[in-house]
Amino acid sequence: MTQNTANFINIGERTNVSGSAKFKRLIVDGEYEAALSVAREQVENGAQIIDINMDDGLLDGVDAMTKFLNLIAAEPDISRVPVMLDSSRWEVIHAGLQCLQGKGVVNSISMKEGEADFLDKARIIRTFGAAVVVMAFDEKGQADTEDRKVEICTRAYYLLVGDGFAPQDIIFDPNIFAVATGLSEHDRYGLDFINATRRIKADLPFVRISGGLSNLSFSFRGNEPVRRAMHSVFLYHAIKAGLDMAIVNAGQLDIYDDIEPQLRNAAEDVILNRNPDASETLLQIAEQYRGGANTAKASRRDLSWRKGTVAERLKHALVRGVTEFIVEDTEEARAAADKPLHVIEGPLMDGMNAVGDLFGAGKMFLPQVVKSARVMKAAVAHLLPFLEEEKQLSGLADMSNGKILLATVKGDVHDIGKNIVGVVLQCNGYEIIDLGVMVPCDTILRTAREENVDAIGLSGLITPSLEEMIHVAAEMERGGWDKPLLIGGATTSPTHTAVKIEPAYTRGSTTYVADASRAVGVVRTLLSDEAREPFVKQTREDYARIRESHKKGRGAKPRIRLEAARARAMKINWAGYTPPRPKTNRALVIDNWRLEDLVPFIDWTPFFASWDIKGRYPQILDNPIVGSEAKQLLADAKQMLDRLVRERWLQPRAVLDFWPANSVGDDIVLWDDEAREVPLATFHTLRQQMPKDTGKPNFALSDFVAPRDRDIPDWIGGFVVSAGHGEAERAQQFRNANDDYSSIMLKSLADRLPEALAEALHAKVRRELWGYATDEKITSSQMIQEQYEGIRPAPGYPSQPDHTEKRTLFELLQAKSRIGVALTESCAMTPPASVSGLYFSHPEAVYFAVGKISKDQVEDYATRKGISLSEAERWLAPILAYT
Amino acid sequence: MNRAQRLLKFEAKLKSGIGVIDGAMGTSIQTLRLGEKQFRGDVFASWPTSLQGDNDLLNLTQPDVIRQIHRDFLVAGADLIETNTFNATSISQADYGLQEWAPKIAEAGARIAREIADEFEAQHPDRAALVGGAMGPLSKTLSLSPKVEDPGFREVTFEQVRQAYFEQASAMIPYVDFLIIETVFDTLNAKAAISAIVAANAQAKTDVPVIISGTITDGSGRTLSGQTTEAFWISIAHANPWAVGLNCALGAKEMRPHIADLARAADCRIIAFPNAGLPNAFGEYDETPETTALHLSEWAEDGLVNLVGGCCGTTSAHIAAIAEAVAGLKPRMIPTPPTALRLSGLEPFVLEV
Repeated sequence: MTQNTANFINIGERTNVSGSAKFKRLIVDGEYEAALSVAREQVENGAQIIDINMDDGLLDGVDAMTKFLNLIAAEPDISRVPVMLDSSRWEVIHAGLQCLQGKGVVNSISMKEGEADFLDKARIIRTFGAAVVVMAFDEKGQADTEDRKVEICTRAYYLLVGDGFAPQDIIFDPNIFAVATGLSEHDRYGLDFINATRRIKADLPFVRISGGLSNLSFSFRGNEPVRRAMHSVFLYHAIKAGLDMAIVNAGQLDIYDDIEPQLRNAAEDVILNRNPDASETLLQIAEQYRGGANTAKASRRDLSWRKGTVAERLKHALVRGVTEFIVEDTEEARAAADKPLHVIEGPLMDGMNAVGDLFGAGKMFLPQVVKSARVMKAAVAHLLPFLEEEKQLSGLADMSNGKILLATVKGDVHDIGKNIVGVVLQCNGYEIIDLGVMVPCDTILRTAREENVDAIGLSGLITPSLEEMIHVAAEMERGGWDKPLLIGGATTSPTHTAVKIEPAYTRGSTTYVADASRAVGVVRTLLSDEAREPFVKQTREDYARIRESHKKGRGAKPRIRLEAARARAMKINWAGYTPPRPKTNRALVIDNWRLEDLVPFIDWTPFFASWDIKGRYPQILDNPIVGSEAKQLLADAKQMLDRLVRERWLQPRAVLDFWPANSVGDDIVLWDDEAREVPLATFHTLRQQMPKDTGKPNFALSDFVAPRDRDIPDWIGGFVVSAGHGEAERAQQFRNANDDYSSIMLKSLADRLPEALAEALHAKVRRELWGYATDEKITSSQMIQEQYEGIRPAPGYPSQPDHTEKRTLFELLQAKSRIGVALTESCAMTPPASVSGLYFSHPEAVYFAVGKISKDQVEDYATRKGISLSEAERWLAPILAYT
Repeated sequence: MNRAQRLLKFEAKLKSGIGVIDGAMGTSIQTLRLGEKQFRGDVFASWPTSLQGDNDLLNLTQPDVIRQIHRDFLVAGADLIETNTFNATSISQADYGLQEWAPKIAEAGARIAREIADEFEAQHPDRAALVGGAMGPLSKTLSLSPKVEDPGFREVTFEQVRQAYFEQASAMIPYVDFLIIETVFDTLNAKAAISAIVAANAQAKTDVPVIISGTITDGSGRTLSGQTTEAFWISIAHANPWAVGLNCALGAKEMRPHIADLARAADCRIIAFPNAGLPNAFGEYDETPETTALHLSEWAEDGLVNLVGGCCGTTSAHIAAIAEAVAGLKPRMIPTPPTALRLSGLEPFVLEV
């Protein structure tokens, strides 16, 4: 639960004289230089905003704030992040605003002195262009109960927004107070904050919630383990309820799951006020945690290979992916070697070469290679201090075969494939600079230049990423680059690369890399002086041929006109049909789904595909070539799945709703209520335009909803599910421990769970919530094969390829505030382990692929959506039947 | 035409086409090689300090020179001319001891530009000629210390900067169609200018729209005070500008990636007026009108801009070439970025909903 918690913002609190005795002493003594290093350290440790507070009786607040902010302005490594001006004195805030060139946050104002004063201050803040924290405080005092918190924030919201303040610039602080104080009236403080947070986020669009955490555990000052547990437990629940940011000492947090269960339960009882003796219990057990310790576990297995020489043991460990003895073996090899570097160049590289050879020969498979990399990393990690000692780091860099930059492009958050490629390349002696996900073009090119990389690899999963890749390619062309560009990821293809990306980057080579196993070969060839030219020439010719046949292919696939396609729409016989009415008429948030109930719904086939093992499950297990590896992978997966389920690593969440709806042409209009007069929103759908045989309709999703002019009440549903909460931190933990195998395993499992959840939820919808198939009885494999009534198509998939329709869905469901799933600018869902879609109930509703569409439909669609033709073409680029 | 009518006409034109802002004032004046005597005119004949180089003072002492420059740019095809008031603030004029005169210089600059624009409109009833009151970056800056050994030191306070801009804006408001905060290299100065314009508009009971144009000073892609283009935009977005853009320091070739970044981020019109290339060894700008125009028309074709023009080194010949090159080209569509909490230090921080 550190800075990686998806979208949760850590606000640095060390530059706060009331929170840090050290910082206070430095400021009071005028030691500003040292005080700056406190700020710098916070930013380096991941604070995304720094809170600055100079409220102290010993200080002239205006003077200290001005001086400190002016000094920060001269320190780019501090001032790169926004500043939160924290003071209870308006003149200090006003002075601070006059020193900030960026857009900061004022913390805080409130209605303590009445509405007029509150609005005056808000207006001044607006002319400085800052966001604002509003404390839940009014003329009567500070809000202490859930209702008062909600009431005050609601009143403040409407005052501010009514006065022209942008709602997205409002952050509420509903007051975190101390609990377990011994006074029973304080027992509800934690729970009230959490509940109020949930209500405020649901009621007041676009606002954010913040709080100062250290108050909470005030009663346990001096007992760090208990304080940390309380903070972590509180954040765990408050973030789920919608807490966006908190003033936190990141060092004062534990991983929720790592807290000793007895302590965690006791802290949880206090914070959630689960029983009247909670405070007493926590106080009683608190003593035993002062300076508490942890226990470690070990495991045993067949150790006959331990009898070999140290080089043999290292090789065995690398090839078999055994980390257990790697540190002691590496140490033994180091002690025997003249220089630590020789261990890397000698036995370790020999082992990795063996891995590379086996992999190249198809005798090892990707999951094993990733495990090998984990072992290699652990060995190198052990040697690093010794290498540094000998100042031979440059020697280590020299042994690199080349430097490759990898990035998932801007707007996209998917990185499993990219991580695998990175690991495989590392195993083969390449230095990898992995910029992570959502990387803007200029960061990619700037880093590539600074690091002087030998090749750039771009990855992406969703279709808008294709456009971003073209953009990067074009920028490389404009920037005069000639380094090789590698393209990979689920939506990329040789055709797209040949037709769209390669022509944008003619100065260097562009190569589509189908999967991780090809990456090494491609990179090695591209970086080889002899092999490069013929390969690049061959690739260019191949791509030219693909372009040629693509061009012909286009001509060979005529489209029918939109009017003609509409005339061929699916004609459901509405006269003889009464659409079923959903059993619920309000949005449902489900966050208590048991992980174990999802396991039967997991579709394993795509899981194997993500590990480059292609074939249908369960037949794949008996495949003569990859079968045994597939079995091993499945066993590892099930082992992790067991832990994941047992220890609740992930929190599945879902939100769904149903709306009165009717089709109007190719649109689906959602109504505000059953009067069906006021439209609530519109889903726009796309129609197939390929020529079809008589009797086979040209589908659009709107065909499955009763048309408005028939006056038949119909409904559609929508959902967003996620199993991603908790994934990023856990995966990072594995990576921090140099365990890429587990990190990738977790991601590939986490990717399956939302699909499983979507499947399970759909069953619940059919049987209970919409309830049109109350007596449905099918097996899970039938379910995976979609042998049921009704469909749940997702925007961005073949039945509706336009990702932007997700924006409408997410807004209707308030997915971000309710279950913490948001959309990036390219409409990728974040956290990435999420699935969304619409529900259609009609028994004749089927999945179909819209296929390529022609310009008349794109123009019509753009007009219906109220966007420009060029924007529509950008989003629909992958399905345009024209150039 | 009054301001509202002109704006309406201009905005209608910009729905389907690219607007043109004029070229350089400063380098246009330099080529005339005016001497100390001409800068002083009659009024300042016995002023104690040298006044040569105080271009804005020419509004009072050689108004016909300025009139002719404005006229040339309008004839060349500019829709929008900028007043000769880049340094017409008490803070910048203090370099010449003319701080008391700053409002008069600003007022004269705005009045002259309006006269010429009105004259031009009378001769060309089909065209709207707009005047933008230029507000330059000042000779003193709020985010940077002039003393290397004392990085916390500031030569001016926010309130002083705000007051200087307030006088300047108030003096120009009766005559201009826009106020243009331009060549911003310190965003905090620009924020003081924004605050000043809000107050000046309120006092005059008007609502003169604001154009804000920053300056990326070198290849780092940042302003002099260290912000990236997107962070700059986030920091000034509260001004709700009519247009935002970049000018000066770079030629079109070097400016392009930064304009592209801004064009992706900003939900208002984009204005770009680069220098005529980078200065040569003699500090002169020698990019030809055709070259500048070619770059800018490519930007327009790529959907990056709504208004283009020139800064240092661009002459009426450049503006004529630019106007011809962008005629008939489609403007950038203004995007609607998702609602999000956007903050900035030197770099952007975006928390999407």
